[in-house]
Amino acid sequence: MKPSFDVLIVGIGGQGTVLASNVLGEACIIENRTVRSAETHGMAQRGGSVESHIRIDGELGSLIVPGTADLLIAFDLLEALRYRHYLPAGGKLVVNRHLVVPTSVYQQNLDVPDEESILAALADLDVACIDAAGLAAEAGSVLAQNIVMLGAASRHIPLRPETLEEAVRRCVPKKTVEVNTAAFRLGREAGARGTP
Amino acid sequence: MAVRYLLGNEGIAHACLEANVDFASGYPGTPSSEVIDILRVQEDRPFTVEWSTNEKVAFENALAAAWCGLRALCTMKHVGLNVAADPLMTSAYTGVTGGFVVLSADDPFAHSSQNEQDTRRYAHFARLPCLDPSSVQEAHDMLRDAFALSEEFGLPVIFRPTTRICHSKSDVALGEIGTEHRTAAFHRDPRQYVVIPAHTRVLHKKLNEKQEALKERLVELGYNRHAVRGRTAVIASGVAAAYVQEVLPDDVSLAIVGAYPIDEEWLREFVDRHEKVLVLEELSPVVEEAVRQVATRTEVVGKLTGTVPYEGEFTPATVAAALAWAGIAPTIAFPAVAPVQGVPPRPPILCAGCMHRPTFYAMKKVFRDGIFPSDIGCYTLGLQLGAVDTTICMGASITVGSGIARSGETHPVVSTIGDSTFLHTGIPGLLNAVYNDADMVVVILDNRITAMTGHQPNPNTGVTATGEESTPISLEAICRSCGVSWVETVDPYDLPLLLDTFRRAKERRGVRVIIAKQPCVITARRSGIKRKAYAVDPERCTGCGVCRSFGCPAIAFSEKNATITDLCAGCGVCADICPSGAIGMEGRQ
Repeated sequence: MKPSFDVLIVGIGGQGTVLASNVLGEACIIENRTVRSAETHGMAQRGGSVESHIRIDGELGSLIVPGTADLLIAFDLLEALRYRHYLPAGGKLVVNRHLVVPTSVYQQNLDVPDEESILAALADLDVACIDAAGLAAEAGSVLAQNIVMLGAASRHIPLRPETLEEAVRRCVPKKTVEVNTAAFRLGREAGARGTP
Repeated sequence: MAVRYLLGNEGIAHACLEANVDFASGYPGTPSSEVIDILRVQEDRPFTVEWSTNEKVAFENALAAAWCGLRALCTMKHVGLNVAADPLMTSAYTGVTGGFVVLSADDPFAHSSQNEQDTRRYAHFARLPCLDPSSVQEAHDMLRDAFALSEEFGLPVIFRPTTRICHSKSDVALGEIGTEHRTAAFHRDPRQYVVIPAHTRVLHKKLNEKQEALKERLVELGYNRHAVRGRTAVIASGVAAAYVQEVLPDDVSLAIVGAYPIDEEWLREFVDRHEKVLVLEELSPVVEEAVRQVATRTEVVGKLTGTVPYEGEFTPATVAAALAWAGIAPTIAFPAVAPVQGVPPRPPILCAGCMHRPTFYAMKKVFRDGIFPSDIGCYTLGLQLGAVDTTICMGASITVGSGIARSGETHPVVSTIGDSTFLHTGIPGLLNAVYNDADMVVVILDNRITAMTGHQPNPNTGVTATGEESTPISLEAICRSCGVSWVETVDPYDLPLLLDTFRRAKERRGVRVIIAKQPCVITARRSGIKRKAYAVDPERCTGCGVCRSFGCPAIAFSEKNATITDLCAGCGVCADICPSGAIGMEGRQ
């Protein structure tokens, strides 16, 4: 028995994973559904790898077990690789075509990871690769990349798109409602096109 | 009844409002900080709320409010309760008149902590009731009712959420915010509030006499409950109770312990009806020990049989594995999967433009052979820069430093401590170092805020928790009044001056204090301070890699050259570090 739809959103502290997960949680409230989620706070936030677990229709714990996520949304290619084991074989990944090289790579002289090799290592998943920066800029602000990503993933999420849009309006700062709504729609269209 | 999507700590804060809290104090600490942070920004606030200088101070202030008949809340993280342990232990004797809830948030897995201690041990030690919620909704409901429980027994109530309660979100059914607030009145009663031996012996007996009724009440309230379904049982507490329910077969009995002390009769009656009992709880085997004390014929498995891990936090997978070990088939078979190997780590890191980075850089450059005791805060991340040799608890950088210096170790000692941590428990250590003539340098990393826990103000910030301007204090004056004669304040963005200050400190003996003062780069940005970004001139960059060792996240390397990314906060320190003069303010090359 697994009654919940489990979404893992991963990225780098500061990229807005918590806001994206808040939108999903708020959408559950609008649809009168239960939800559980878990976030990274404190020490882990300072530019480190962060994860948000969201269990739509969840009624008990907030943590998703590796290998059982229904959807992985990654705001960074390297973070997609770090958390891909949360998906079952062939699972659905929506990933931002964007790579921030961790400072540890320069400090410890590690091999600099590149986009092609990471995408190759993800190729056995059902991948949608999204140019979130470009679409966010088109919507009016590069800061809206998290909502672009949410829009791109929205087709795979069992919540109505109009509910998600309403949740976006409720969760983002008032001044940015228009930009973020546009970002959600552009993301949703890009998600429908799949991997460019 | 409204249903909202809330963080555990938001639900807890709302419950305080529903319960008519009159007084709230705390010291920030992950995962507890958001409770006071939410209370302090409430509009129309008919209650007192403060960030205190440390947990003992917070505790005693709230205790006094409860002695005046108010409903009082005090919040901290688990290790904060060590600091507040002195008043905690005796407050169980004095008791309270108004409801007093002590929130001490545990952090299994030490996500953001120095240890994995278990607050339930303190409750047992002090003989105080302890509430241990298993979900966000239960955290809300328990805390709402905890003030009344405290008043019923005249005892402080310890409330112990864990990270996965505080920082989980859920749909939460909320009640109405209360409007009945009390007026404080202190009624003199030395036999209650003056714990001289003659009084305290009587109070101790009274405390012990409350225990039996308390245990029964916690069962009546439904905090400790069970359902008998078969000959095998699981007993779970806290968030483990939620995970168990995800994977527990229908024919296995379940008892949930949500409050302590546990009623032995209730527990014995449940245990006796089973052949085997598995106990699942995070951190210490508190429930398991109680189960072992009442079990006669029943087999008990748990941490003490090696079936359940002692350390770290649980997940549904941990719980399913423990069930399988105990011979209970979980309803979900989780796949055995492993993360991809060799992915470069992305640990948390000091921000681009953080004032701690140049301070550590200069410290290490001048004191190449130094020993660097440090403390609790963002600057503990200086570990990655080789600038942190010890960290144990709040304020210990100065005391560990003076201890090393006075033990005969001949390398120079440079201790680093943040402004909030210095005010928390650093001052007695500094006074002691001066008094006992330690030979050491103390660097106060003064970023004007308690940054790591979410930018809470402290007495050095100049505003109170509720945003009112506070009486200015001077770290320099505090150090001088502790007897330090050499105190220098320096802007850490001014690298040449910073290096010169460290060099001058090195030439002297005794306790020397350097105050490196520059607002936290995050609060500076929020308050509208904008600095121009810097850039690398590719013609002049030789790719020497000196700036790489600075460890700024805004400095990247492509092919042979350094580049500065859009993370740059404009501190400009890298421009002073570059030996080729290749770094300059953007557009000025």
